[in-house]
Amino acid sequence: MNNPKVIEILETITETTDVKTIKFDFEGDIIPGQFFMIWIPNIDEIPMSVSYIDKKVKGITFKIVGNATKELFNLKVGDKIGIRGPYGNGFSIIGNNILCVAGGTGIAMIAPSVESAKKRNINTTVLLGVKNKNELFFENRIKKTGANLFVSTDDGSYGYKGFVTSLAKDIILNNKFDQILTCGPELMMKKLLEISNNISFQASLERYMKCGFGLCGQCCIGKGLRVCKEGPVFDETTLKKTEDFGVYKRDASGTKIKF
Amino acid sequence: MDEDAGSMERIFNNGAGAIVTKSIGLKPRDGYPNPTIIELEHGILNAVGLPNPGIENFKDEILTLKKSNIPIIGSIFGSDSKEFVTLAKKMQNYGVNALELNMSCPHAKGYGLEIGCDPDLVKEITSQVKKSTKIPIFVKISPNLSNIIDIAKSAKEGNADGIVAINTVKAMKINLELKIPVLSNKIGGYSGNAIKPIGIRCVYEIKENIDIQIIGVGGITTGNDVIEYFMAGASAVQIGSGIYYRGVDVFKKIKNEIISWMKSHNIDNISELIGVAHK
Ligand SMILES: Cc1cc2nc3c(=O)[nH]c(=O)nc-3n(C[C@H](O)[C@H](O)[C@H](O)COP(=O)(O)OP(=O)(O)OC[C@H]3O[C@@H](n4cnc5c(N)ncnc54)[C@H](O)[C@@H]3O)c2cc1C
Ligand SMILES: Cc1cc2nc3c(=O)[nH]c(=O)nc-3n(C[C@H](O)[C@H](O)[C@H](O)COP(=O)(O)O)c2cc1C
Ligand code: FES
Repeated sequence: MNNPKVIEILETITETTDVKTIKFDFEGDIIPGQFFMIWIPNIDEIPMSVSYIDKKVKGITFKIVGNATKELFNLKVGDKIGIRGPYGNGFSIIGNNILCVAGGTGIAMIAPSVESAKKRNINTTVLLGVKNKNELFFENRIKKTGANLFVSTDDGSYGYKGFVTSLAKDIILNNKFDQILTCGPELMMKKLLEISNNISFQASLERYMKCGFGLCGQCCIGKGLRVCKEGPVFDETTLKKTEDFGVYKRDASGTKIKF
Repeated sequence: MDEDAGSMERIFNNGAGAIVTKSIGLKPRDGYPNPTIIELEHGILNAVGLPNPGIENFKDEILTLKKSNIPIIGSIFGSDSKEFVTLAKKMQNYGVNALELNMSCPHAKGYGLEIGCDPDLVKEITSQVKKSTKIPIFVKISPNLSNIIDIAKSAKEGNADGIVAINTVKAMKINLELKIPVLSNKIGGYSGNAIKPIGIRCVYEIKENIDIQIIGVGGITTGNDVIEYFMAGASAVQIGSGIYYRGVDVFKKIKNEIISWMKSHNIDNISELIGVAHK
């Protein structure tokens, strides 16, 4: 039922100065890339990818960008939030050798994807791109899975200096990947698609969401594709046909906003 | 319920005969904060608060849609006849085929139902819009009225070409753990299956009292639902929440169900059914 279930926060983990993880009891199977609608009572209800997938406990990891995320950041163990979902399709991993590229908060949902790939013994290379060293999170978590990990920072304060897409370019040329999975700023993902060499490709998109279950039409891209329902993960065939990809999104009123 | 050309085109390609746009106002409007839409046991509860990109930004969407030759009913909302007329003229210029005047949204202050409960205002707005445009005008009315016949009469006196009944039914959901209403606007509008009998009753009452075309809406998910609306007096129908219950191809499914019902009941033309419940 698409009606928030109220639960108590089980655990909070501060990942960086403005990134936090919240865990809560939630039974059921979830595919990495799926998301919840998180109700912060009296404030807002916002979409959040699942970042931790255990049998009985699930988690979200988010960065403070505005009012709702700030309020969520300040909540403590035992505080109540509403959860509905999981929504959307999630990644579907193809092949034996994959590349995962995450930028910024995209790291939150790439982490469980990497864990699930490694559990299936899929050779996994992970690129994490952040502005600077202080914004990096989940580095150890991803290392622990045994994936090949590379980090880029825009300012060179850690790892490769420059955009994660420049780092990706070399790595794609020097390897034979079956698939690329990505989540991050849309312009980054668009650039990645351009340099993907026709390798099978899946990107997770973000659009303003209201219902989350395919009714209100708020999150549509291209020819009526609902990011909350047919997405948030789309493959290269769809992305190449979708004129909005990397060009514009819509705000809460439905007005187009250029990236 | 859509406001972008792509999704309206998708709905059309799934068998809808025409598209009603999201209600459009003069300026961009975000609507209410979330939660704005939830599902309950027997229907959908929403208080989106008339979000829309505004009539200027909406031009592009209509022009894109027009390229595919899709019949479009432009829905508009305003706070007085001047606003309605401005919006109506713009919509007409963009090329919509008909207009729907939203006088029934139950959850937007100063708009919708707050106008649509006043018979004089309904007549005024309808006649002003009718005078300043050349395309058919439908007035969408609310079930949250004790004087629904008066309102429908006013629309007719204002020379409306038809009445659309019904908009959502005022309703609320309270969360037991938090002891607060779930929707940020607290009160919302109920749609889907649960409200079909209310829609049927409203259409029936209007048909019984007024000679005007009626477009039935509210809780339609199957071909039988459409036939019931026709028997009550509707000569066309709209589908909203049914898209959630049966998927985007709900329109194709319902068409097929209507055709097989007609076959099994030896009906050649669906218009034979309009208003047959009135004896
Ligand atoms: C499918 C999906 C998964 C997401 N997963 C994560 C995640 O794992 N971690 C993370 O940090 N962020 C994630 N986000 C983004 C997150 O939802 C926004 O950062 C959050 O909604 C901001 O709310 P705010 O009130 O703090 O900011 P505001 O000041 O309200 O807005 C800041 C930005 O957030 C966007 N935003 C606000 N409300 C919504 C909404 N209802 N739907 C979509 N976008 C909104 C706005 O478009 C704006 O660009 C995800 C978004 C989507 C669509
Ligand atoms: C999310 C949502 C948004 C809606 N937006 C509008 C709107 O902008 N204008 C309007 O006249 N009616 C709007 N409605 C009402 C529907 O058009 C329709 O009258 C109502 O939902 C009953 O029909 P249904 O049961 O088929 O959904 C909306 C309904 C929902 C659920
Ligand atoms: S958020 Fe409503 S359709 Fe996707």
